[in-house]
Amino acid sequence: MKIAIASGKGGTGKTTLSVNLATALAHEESIGLLDCDVEEPNCHLYLKPAFDATEPVGTPVPVVDQDACTGCSLCARACEFHALLALPGPPLLLPELCHACGVCAYVCPEEAISESEREIGMVGSGMVSDIYFRWGRLNIGEARSTPVIQSVKDLSAAPSLDTVIIDAPPGVACPAVEALRGADFAVLVTEPTPFGLHDLVLAVQTARQMSIPCGVVINRVGIGDKRVDEYCAAENVPVLLRIPDDRLIAEACSRGEIFAAGDASFASTLRAFASDLRTRTQERITT
Amino acid sequence: MKIAITAAGPDLSSAVDQRFGRGRYLLVVDLPERTVQAIDNQAGRNAAQGAGIQAAQSVIDSGAAVLISGHCGPKAFRALKAGGIEVYLTSGGRVDEVLSQFEEGKLDLAPAADVDGHW
Amino acid sequence: MSGPGYEPRPAASESGGAASEYAPAASEPAPRQLVVLSGKGGTGKTSVVAAFAALATAKVLADCDVDAADLHLVLDPALRHREAFMSGKEARIVPDRCSACGDCADHCRFDAIRLTVDGHGRSVYAVDPIACEGCGFCTRVCTSGAVEMLDAERGEWFISDTRHGPLVHARLNIGGENSGKLVTLVRERAASLARETGAGLILVDGPPGIGCPVIASVTGADLVLAVTEPTVSGAHDLERAAELVQGFGLTLAVCINKADLNPDMAERIREVCAARGLPVVGELSYDTAVVKAQVEGKSIVEHGGSPVADQIRDMWKILKHRLERPKE
Repeated sequence: MKIAIASGKGGTGKTTLSVNLATALAHEESIGLLDCDVEEPNCHLYLKPAFDATEPVGTPVPVVDQDACTGCSLCARACEFHALLALPGPPLLLPELCHACGVCAYVCPEEAISESEREIGMVGSGMVSDIYFRWGRLNIGEARSTPVIQSVKDLSAAPSLDTVIIDAPPGVACPAVEALRGADFAVLVTEPTPFGLHDLVLAVQTARQMSIPCGVVINRVGIGDKRVDEYCAAENVPVLLRIPDDRLIAEACSRGEIFAAGDASFASTLRAFASDLRTRTQERITT
Repeated sequence: MKIAITAAGPDLSSAVDQRFGRGRYLLVVDLPERTVQAIDNQAGRNAAQGAGIQAAQSVIDSGAAVLISGHCGPKAFRALKAGGIEVYLTSGGRVDEVLSQFEEGKLDLAPAADVDGHW
Repeated sequence: MSGPGYEPRPAASESGGAASEYAPAASEPAPRQLVVLSGKGGTGKTSVVAAFAALATAKVLADCDVDAADLHLVLDPALRHREAFMSGKEARIVPDRCSACGDCADHCRFDAIRLTVDGHGRSVYAVDPIACEGCGFCTRVCTSGAVEMLDAERGEWFISDTRHGPLVHARLNIGGENSGKLVTLVRERAASLARETGAGLILVDGPPGIGCPVIASVTGADLVLAVTEPTVSGAHDLERAAELVQGFGLTLAVCINKADLNPDMAERIREVCAARGLPVVGELSYDTAVVKAQVEGKSIVEHGGSPVADQIRDMWKILKHRLERPKE
């Protein structure tokens, strides 16, 4: 099963839950953990993978054959993203604006446009603590994280996995949607506060619009109020797990420690949580 | 010669609009006659991205040899340079006054972008 | 020339261009801009901004975290103006004209076109608006003229009045490309408002991460404050944010929130800051009073007394002093 761990609000505990859940399950089944928060990846800070083999991630860019180009500028006029500047001669490409849609090559009457690749980030993968771990990082200054997220989610070279956990980026914009795409279930992590509730509503809307069944994990129960519970009840969104506000957990996280690795009770709670998820995905319960 | 200048309104008495790319109008003025062609930049202001590029494209397409504006970001500057256009900076005022300053050689030629890029 | 808005017109006969709201007179001093970032989400950035909003005078507030905007939740805003945010295009297939040949889906690189069934049970193709990037490839390959390219509404922006001054905020639609354009729009409106009201300060609640929305929120800022926390994630993300901000040549100061959560990590953050020449302008204690204030819809400095409220007041004094310094 493919579980995406997402939230509207940042800092609710997605990465904490992802690494702890992966650790709790790693001895029982074959687990993959995909860190899709490519702007600010954090899973590797907890897992501390020994492998440093990484691959660059590229995105296609058009290349104009200067000899074949007649300067007709049809490509520049056709580009919706203003990535090609029409000049008296061959056009100027502004690669940061290019969305790699392929329209320019299609419209060129001289077939003068081909494609090359431009590096925008990296992806790394390997086994760590019995977990198949993949993570990526978008280069600073780059506009589009989608290609890097897609590389992280590419399991073509992966071993056969029982469960894949996707640590999604916060928010509900394009990167979060890309991470969620194709998941069997979305676990939405929130905190019982007004900011947490507001952003949870956005996350639930997103999951529903993408037809992905979802459930909620309330982290740091005790710090705020009951409005998240009330919202979930009213909207028929199941609350799957409540993690109390526990200074010990917070301190362990602050040190980059995986709490479930040292606390059998927490690990057991997470395994039960995973079983619940498995039941739900098998029954295809939709909300 | 043809000069392009970013403006808040469509004629010579309008205020210069300081931001290339997001300005309301692009005026293309023939010097010394001062005949004016006003290009509405509404599309540029609504552009998803690359407003500066779209504005640079307008300048290139107009046949202007010079652009006068308040600020010009790096992508727009790169585009204008590729089109062989010289960029002059002004601290503002009315279009007709700024054109006179240009003719008198009082404006600074920009060797590079003077502000960071944005959208 | 082709494309909308490029039709050259003769000079208008009406006299004088209306003064553009975007063309300030050269003599007016521009308002100062303080942008608050976090790198990592959840460090307390919005709570800190809300407190500054209560402490600062004569300012305009801008919530640039358009993906998940929260600042308004503690400001009790009265909506004054709202407008659709249009950006780019999106494709729409007219079912009646679709011959279901599938050429559009074959060429779409964003997996945005799927086979579906229309109201009459016919197989037709349809565009997924969340996945569509508006490139127009489909409309070019369609031989039935079934694909329309429409101006896309990608969100909304608002101007509201609050007890701490005007607030410009926005909401980006789900799955939207957060290019930074909406952030720039929010900042521009805030700048106009500041000029209109004579406000000397624009206080910006920035987005998390290091992507384009963050870049759009910091360019041209007089001072950037990064709110971090003493955790390995906080330290890691602070470094990334610092690289971005310092790369633009901007002044970055740091606030360590929940500093007593992990004294060793707090020390590590101080070392990171020292190595990069970043002043630490505040260290805030971990205090549940912050959430209690949020639950009441207030900022921490409006919620009785607490050590963290005093710490924020001290931090504000330092930042205010830095902002009021004459520009070099």
